[in-house]
Amino acid sequence: MSNDPTAAAVVFDHVSKAFGTKQVLRDVCFELTAGQALCILGRSGTGKSVTLKLLISLLKPDHGQIWVDHQEVTRMKETELSKVRRKMGFLFQDAALFDSLTLYENLALPLQRLTDKTQDEIDSIVDKVLGQVGLGSDKRKMPSELSGGMRKRAGLARALVLEPKVLLADEPSSGLDRITAAEIDELLIQQKVEHQTTVIVVTHDVHGARHVGDRFAVFDKGDLVAFGTAAEVEQSENETARKLISED
Amino acid sequence: MIYDFCHPPFEAGQIGRQLAETGANSLPLIVASGFAVGTVLTFHTRSTMVMFGAGAMIPTVQAIAFFIEIGPLVAALLIAGRVGSGIGAVLANMRATEQIDGIESLSIDSFKFLVVPRVVACVLALPILTLFMDFSGLLGGYLSEYAASRISFHLYIVRAFADIAWSNFIPPTLKTAVFGFIIGTVSSFFGFTTNKGAQGVGEAATNSVVVSSLFIILADVVLIKCILFAFPENAL
Repeated sequence: MSNDPTAAAVVFDHVSKAFGTKQVLRDVCFELTAGQALCILGRSGTGKSVTLKLLISLLKPDHGQIWVDHQEVTRMKETELSKVRRKMGFLFQDAALFDSLTLYENLALPLQRLTDKTQDEIDSIVDKVLGQVGLGSDKRKMPSELSGGMRKRAGLARALVLEPKVLLADEPSSGLDRITAAEIDELLIQQKVEHQTTVIVVTHDVHGARHVGDRFAVFDKGDLVAFGTAAEVEQSENETARKLISED
Repeated sequence: MIYDFCHPPFEAGQIGRQLAETGANSLPLIVASGFAVGTVLTFHTRSTMVMFGAGAMIPTVQAIAFFIEIGPLVAALLIAGRVGSGIGAVLANMRATEQIDGIESLSIDSFKFLVVPRVVACVLALPILTLFMDFSGLLGGYLSEYAASRISFHLYIVRAFADIAWSNFIPPTLKTAVFGFIIGTVSSFFGFTTNKGAQGVGEAATNSVVVSSLFIILADVVLIKCILFAFPENAL
């Protein structure tokens, strides 16, 4: 890790997190430069989703520091944190769309609340983002009327609507067929390439991860056991890391 | 809570939605229940009142009973059941499905966005719903009495309001704003703080109703004492 944590887009600096007696993350360190895509792999219950929630400060670490877009977020007040979160988008595992709002309202909500844009501008942005994810004709639908794949794409659209610098995605392809999963992967790559967005993806889909990721982090029982390019992780001394990165 | 309510953004849209859910959608339940309770109350009191030669007092007793105690308390308990369980279950479900995390991740204050409008809606809706309960109770009482004695509507209303003062009507009606606050805060607390997934949804709904109802009854005792202290002439 570099000596200056403010230089990277995302930095985990000796981060630990426990829930009661269960140690979920243990002294985790990694950093990511802007425009890179990190895929986090690991068996279930090894702290992958917790890593994302720590990044966006939905959880606080017990020890260590977390830097996002050159700002240390673990000790921030809520008002400062709110400004940092505006630079981040989060695609939740089950999309977490607000089920009392239409798809349009789900996307328009952050724009109405956090920006000074006019209604026409908001309409235009929502239409554009929904078009990008192939849901342009579904904006009046309620989340309950959408299929699993459509909900995932809608969740991604909501994560992208504020043009985030850092995009977090928790198992974006889980429960989806290969074609839909590949479409989601392409959207993530497009966001990384066209907008220089830093993308962090938690996934069990190694094929998709290898397609999207520039860097790979492998967690095992709360420890970061491997970090680097696909080739570096394949050469890792840790057997779990080698197995998880393998497509065989 | 008060700070969040007084500072922008004011969540007018959310408050409007919650008012419709809490107020307008509860109206059929409140009116039907008030009507039924009013009818039954007259059934039960009539024979005793007539036995003591006080049949003419039936409308007065009905009005006093409803305006002072039955209307506010029954309306609050019904809303605790219908709306309190709804608030608890909806918020718990939002917690279980990460919707609350989703709101936080968008830099939106989830407490202000989800809890404050629900509490405000309960506070505003309860006194209005209580009025509907009071008057539907009187209507039920009138129809019951009409069936027995063919009393005219005009005479029933004159007798009903003959001994009612504003202090019998306004403080008990306004005290339901406190009941609304209890329903909103208790239900939101159980829904917002659960972390047991689907099981937590059921628990939050049940706890919301049970604890709200208990607190309403306890608060009623305290508030009645306060009202009698402020308006001693209200003591029956």
